[in-house]
Amino acid sequence: MAKSFGFEWLVALRFLREGRMQTLLIIVGVAAGVAVVAYISALITGLQATTLNKTLGAQGHITLRSPQDVVQPARASLPGEVAWFETQPRAQRLRSVVNWQMLVPVLEAMPEVSAVLPMVSGSGLALRGEAQQSIALLGVDLDRYDRIVDLRGKVVSGVARLAPGEGIVGRDLAADLGVRVGDRFTVQTGLVNESVRVTALVDLGVRDLNRRTVIVPLRAAQNLLGLPGGATNLDITLFDVWTAQTLAEDLRTRYPYKVESWQENNAQLVSALNAQSVSTGIIRSVVMVVVVLGIASVLVVSVVQKGREIGILRAMGTTRAQILRVFLLQGAVVGVLGSVLGLLLAVALIWAFTHFVKGSDGLPLFNITLPWRVALNVAAVASVCGVLAAIAPARRAAAMDPAQAIRL
Amino acid sequence: MQQAQEATPLIVLKGIHKSYNLGLPSQTEVLHGIDLTLAHGEFVALMGPSGSGKSTLLNILGLLEPMTTGSYLLQGEEMRGLNDAGLTLRRRQTLGFVFQFHHLLPAFTALENVTLPAMMINGQVSAQQLQHARDLLADVGLAGAEHKRPAELSGGMQQRVAIARAVMLDPPLVLADEPTGNLDQAASSEVFVLLRRLHAERGITFLVVTHDAHLAERCDRRLELVDGRLHTDSGMGGTHPEILSSSTL
Repeated sequence: MAKSFGFEWLVALRFLREGRMQTLLIIVGVAAGVAVVAYISALITGLQATTLNKTLGAQGHITLRSPQDVVQPARASLPGEVAWFETQPRAQRLRSVVNWQMLVPVLEAMPEVSAVLPMVSGSGLALRGEAQQSIALLGVDLDRYDRIVDLRGKVVSGVARLAPGEGIVGRDLAADLGVRVGDRFTVQTGLVNESVRVTALVDLGVRDLNRRTVIVPLRAAQNLLGLPGGATNLDITLFDVWTAQTLAEDLRTRYPYKVESWQENNAQLVSALNAQSVSTGIIRSVVMVVVVLGIASVLVVSVVQKGREIGILRAMGTTRAQILRVFLLQGAVVGVLGSVLGLLLAVALIWAFTHFVKGSDGLPLFNITLPWRVALNVAAVASVCGVLAAIAPARRAAAMDPAQAIRL
Repeated sequence: MQQAQEATPLIVLKGIHKSYNLGLPSQTEVLHGIDLTLAHGEFVALMGPSGSGKSTLLNILGLLEPMTTGSYLLQGEEMRGLNDAGLTLRRRQTLGFVFQFHHLLPAFTALENVTLPAMMINGQVSAQQLQHARDLLADVGLAGAEHKRPAELSGGMQQRVAIARAVMLDPPLVLADEPTGNLDQAASSEVFVLLRRLHAERGITFLVVTHDAHLAERCDRRLELVDGRLHTDSGMGGTHPEILSSSTL
């Protein structure tokens, strides 16, 4: 019984070196597969992270509102009675979340929650001269809001500040109104008109938001929308965005509020992300199957070519297990070398993408990197695939009849 | 102990039959009841026309092919019924092979080819084994060719490397299948002289399959196989010390 695999290593490496063109081709094949898998993984991860960041960058992961007004039937149906009700839906009005001041610390104490933002939001008009634009009015505490959406990081002009009578405006809305930092315009709601001085223009990442958003102090919005001391919603951000759905369901069962996760508000986006993930998984699987078949086919040919050598080794007393290991090691070596080369290739592709593929603003479309964990994962899978691909050829080699193999 | 071991014949074949395609209409019997005893230290030629079953008999002796019926005692141990692992172990411990077409591993140097049997057992080659392999190569006249690959060696040189490899672990029996069949006359003679010398110096039993009647005459014992039957068994058939004392080249 061999004490180490020195013999198997030596024979495996020599066999690979002997058929160096075949070996080189299959290593390049594995490298191409690994590069595609690693690059696509990095690309999709980067794309999804960017999409999520842009989508969730200006909103909470969970939104808690007061429940909608509904019409209650005059009386419940009796057992065995069939009753037809026809009710007119009630017009919804802005309402404050009941006891929101007490709810905020309770939510903030939850381990999943990173920040809670009480907010007053409603619609109105922005007026300046003859210009008139419909707006989404947000009343916030600037420091809390900044923790959720990093508002100060989105400032393109001016300094984010919300003293009484001041406001922050989306940059496209500012262009439509013809205002710059320091200028004033009027915010009109159904109840009140109030003059607002612009302290900063922001780019919220989505054009529609940039064309409609006006951010004012919480108290100013409460006055404008007729909700003194109120908050129309609590925006909650989480450490892990993917826990939003579970936590929203939990909050719905515990509190009498309308709770919505970002997934429910962006169902199409979630579907698109899921479709992307599934497609990426399919592509990765197909590429790995191709890699396995490539390695296996080359090793099968190698077994046929090396038939006589296998026969000689068997005649000399090499065991079936040793022959099996010789070919499994060849698969592993090809898998590992192909993985290393493939990862280098993937890094080069990522570098090329971030340096040469740019948007109209001259900046990279989005940032992609190849995390170590993903790289090691892909390399490990490819190496295991190399060994798996070698199983059938190795078994065939080990099962060869030595007398027949020598005669080949 | 050594004497007791040598008192037991190295090989005893009794009623060896070998058929191919068993149970099929094309079933063919190649060997028809071979009885043969080889003592330690014999130098035996096995002759016979093509298709007489020489290679089959050699494969059975070399534990590369199973017999259909019969009994094969190798150093007193019955080989019939051993599984592949058992047969592989006996091949490793007892047998050396020299093939007609040298059958060296082309990816390895001459020295590596010779050390392969030791490497196969331990997974590495000790300094002592490496020196032994170098000595063997020097002994077969290839002192300067240690690091040459088979493709860089002549046919005769390759065959000498194959012989060094076959005796690397000092097996009691070396089976040589037409070791000179692919060589010119001068190289054939050199190889044969080498085999005889190794036999004389190391006491290894040689069974040499050959078509060359002149070489066969220079063996101590000659077997002739015709149509799967041993027709002639001529020679001394003695044990190693007797043969060594009367061995002539």
